[in-house]
Amino acid sequence: MLSRTADHLYWMSRYIERAESLARLVDAHYRMSLLPHSGDTLAESLQATMTALHISDAYAAKHDSIEPRAVFEFVSLDRDYSGSILSCLRAARENARAVRGSLTSELWVTLNSTWLDARLLAMRRSPDVDIGQFVEWVKERSHLTRGVTIGTMLRDEAFHFTRIGTFLERADSTARILTAHQTDLEPGADATSVPDPYQWSVLLRALSAFEVYRRVYRDVITPFKVAQLLILRDDMPRSLLRCCKEVYSNLKSVANEQSAETERRAGEMHALLHFTRMEEITARGVPQFLESFLARLRDLGDRVAHDFLVPPAEA
Amino acid sequence: MVTTAYDEMYLANNGGARTQYRRYSEWLAVQPAERLAQKRAEADALFHRVGITFAVYGQEEGAERLIPFDIVPRVLPLEEWMRLEAGLKQRVSALNAFIHDIYHDQQILKAGVIPAEQVLCNSQYRPEMQGIDVQGNIYAHIAGIDIVRDDAGEFRVLEDNLRVPSGVSYMLENRKMMMRLFPELFSEHRVAPVDHYPDVLLDNLRSVAPTGVADPTVVLLTAGAHNSAYFEHAFLAQQMGIELVEGQDLFVRDEAVFMRTTQGPQRVDVIYRRIDDDFLDPLVFRPDSMLGIPGLLTAYRAGRVTIANAIGTGVADDKSIYPYVPEMIRFYLGQAPIIANVHTWMLRRPEDQAYVLAHLSELVVKEVHGAGGYGMLIGPAASQAEIERFRTQIIATPERYIAQPTLALSTCPTFADAGLAPRHIDLRPFVLSGRGREVTIVPGGLTRVALTAGSLVVNSSQGGGTKDTWVLEN
Repeated sequence: MLSRTADHLYWMSRYIERAESLARLVDAHYRMSLLPHSGDTLAESLQATMTALHISDAYAAKHDSIEPRAVFEFVSLDRDYSGSILSCLRAARENARAVRGSLTSELWVTLNSTWLDARLLAMRRSPDVDIGQFVEWVKERSHLTRGVTIGTMLRDEAFHFTRIGTFLERADSTARILTAHQTDLEPGADATSVPDPYQWSVLLRALSAFEVYRRVYRDVITPFKVAQLLILRDDMPRSLLRCCKEVYSNLKSVANEQSAETERRAGEMHALLHFTRMEEITARGVPQFLESFLARLRDLGDRVAHDFLVPPAEA
Repeated sequence: MVTTAYDEMYLANNGGARTQYRRYSEWLAVQPAERLAQKRAEADALFHRVGITFAVYGQEEGAERLIPFDIVPRVLPLEEWMRLEAGLKQRVSALNAFIHDIYHDQQILKAGVIPAEQVLCNSQYRPEMQGIDVQGNIYAHIAGIDIVRDDAGEFRVLEDNLRVPSGVSYMLENRKMMMRLFPELFSEHRVAPVDHYPDVLLDNLRSVAPTGVADPTVVLLTAGAHNSAYFEHAFLAQQMGIELVEGQDLFVRDEAVFMRTTQGPQRVDVIYRRIDDDFLDPLVFRPDSMLGIPGLLTAYRAGRVTIANAIGTGVADDKSIYPYVPEMIRFYLGQAPIIANVHTWMLRRPEDQAYVLAHLSELVVKEVHGAGGYGMLIGPAASQAEIERFRTQIIATPERYIAQPTLALSTCPTFADAGLAPRHIDLRPFVLSGRGREVTIVPGGLTRVALTAGSLVVNSSQGGGTKDTWVLEN
C-alpha cells in the first residue's frame, strides 16, 4: 500500500487511542473529585499526571492555578490546545478523511460522526456541560471505532498499520501514567505499604484495571502489584507486555526489505518484558525502567516511520 | 425573449402528468408535507455523516458544504434515453476521432472544415502531443456532456467536458439516497440501475494500459484532501479498489512511473488523473506546480504509462471549437448529428458580431475559456451597466466570446422554501470509452438544478443542487 496511506492510518489510530487515554484519565479524576475530602490528593494526582503527559505548560499558558474543573475542560474541549480530546478527535478524522478510500465506509462514518458530534458539543458549550458524560461518550466512541475496525477491515497491511498505531500509543500512555506515580515505586520503597489508596485506585480505573486487579490479586492495592499488572501481565490488554506483543506481531506481518532491524528491536522489547521478573525491574528501579522503556518506544516509532510511512526520497 | 419552459413532469395547459411521471405524481399527491420535510432533513443529515461534501477554500478545517439534494427525481422515458444514448455515443466517438486527427495528420484542417488557427493557436492545443500515439486512439476516456432541453422539448448539447469532468459520485450517491429514503418508489418503478459505473470505468481504464501489461495497476491521481472534488476522488478510488495517489506518492525512473509503497516502489500503468494538464508535470507545464510528477511526460511519450483523460483534450471541448462538433460528426463518421448543438454565434465573425451587439439584452454571452458559470452574461437578467461592460470587452477581443440564445431550459418541480416550484435543470451523462469496447453510458447521469427561482445557472459553485435521474425501463 501507499506509504502515505499507511502513515495516515497509523496516525488516525494513534489519535483515537490518545483521545481514549485522555478521556479515561479525566474520567478517573473527575470521579475522584466527586468524593468528599479528596482535595489534596486530587490536586497532587492531577499535577503529576499533567507533568507526565506534557500538558502542564499548555495549561499554564491559559490558567493561573490547577483547578480541577478547569483542567477537565481544558483537556477535554479546548479548541486551541492541540493535545485536547477534541483536537485528537479532529486529527483522527482529518487523517481518516485523507485516506477514506482505504477505510471501510463503516469505519469512516464512525470517525466522521464522532468528530461532527464532538464539534457540535464544543460549539454549544455551556458552563454546565457534563464532563463526566462527555468523557464517557468519548470512551464509547473509541470502543465503537475499535470494534468497527476489527469487525469490518480486511486483515491486510492497512489493518496492521492501524493496529501498530494503536498499540504504540497505548504502551506510551500506560508507561506515562505509571511515570506520574513513580515516587511510590522508587527502589527501597516499602513493597507492602499502601501510600495513598485514592491515587492508586484512580490510576487503575484510568486503565480499566481496577476490577482486573481485584480479580487477579484479591488483595489491597499496592504500587508494586499495580506495576506488575501494568508492565508484565500478558493477559492485561493495556499492559506494556501486551502492547509490545501486538506491535511485534503486526510489524512481522508488514515486514519489507529494510525493516529487519526495526522488527528485531520490537521483538527484543517483547522478549525482554516476556522473560523479566518484577523483582529484577524493582531492583534496578521502576522509574529507570520506565524511562528506558519510553526511549525505546520512541525509537521504535521513529523506525516505523522511516521504514514504512515516510521513506526517504528516491529516484 | 424567454418563452415558456418545457416542464419535465406536467403537460402544458393542466394536461396532467407526462406518462413517465404518472405514477410518481400520484404518489407525490398523497404524501403528507411533514413526511417529505422530514425526509429532506434526513437526507441532509446523512450526506453530512457520510461526508458527501465539498471543501470550501479558505475556511476553517472541517468546514465542508453539502451540494443541495432535491428529493423529486428527474425521470426520462426509455425512448428518450435511447435516442440520447445514441447521440452521445456518436458525439464522443467523433470528438475522440477529432483529437486523434489534430495531433496526427490534421485532415479536418486540411479539408478546411475548421479554420486551422482556431485549433493550432488555441491555448488548449498541446504541441507536446503531436505525433504521439495513445492506446486505442482514445483521448477522452471519460466525457461529461451537458445536455439541456429547450422549450420545444428537444435535447441539445450545451457543452462538452473532456478534461476532468466531475459529478459522477453525486449521480451514484443520489440514487443510494433515494432508495434509502423512498424504497417504496423503487418497487413501483423499474428504474435502470447505475451502480455498475465504477466497474465499467475500471474495465475501460484497464483496457487502455500500455501494450504488453497483463495485469495493469491503475491509480487515481488527486490534488489532495483540500480539493473541492476530493470526496469524488476518494469515492471512485474506493469503489474501483485502486490506490488514491497524490503527486508526491509517484516518481519517474527510467521512463516508468512508480508509487512509493510500504513494500518499496511499485510500477504504475494507468493514471486516472483528476488534475488539469497544467499541473501534471512541472518539468513541462507549470514549473511551480507542487501537484504533479516531474518527468511524467517523458514516461507518457515513451508509451510506458497511460494518462486518462489524455493530455491535450481541452482543445476539443473549448467553446470556440464547440460550434464545429456537428461538422466533425459528418466529417469523421459520415452521419447526421443525432443531438443538435445550441445555435452559437462566433463573435470573431463580423456578421455574427454585428447581430449579437444589436441583441445583447436577449442573448447569453460566454467566455470561450470560462467554466463553472463564471464570465458569462445572461442578457435578459443583466443590468444595463453589465451589458455595456460586455459590449466594450466584445469589441476589444471578439475572439474571446461566443453568444447563444437565452434558452428556456426545461424545468422540474423542486422543493423550495414555499413548497414545490418549477426550477430549471440540465443533465450531465458520463460517457466512457476504452480500447476495443463499445462506448458505454450508464442510464441517466447527473441532473443539476438551479435552486433560485428563474435562475439558469445550475453550477454547484453558484447555488445549484442535484437530483436523482431515472431512466424508466418499460
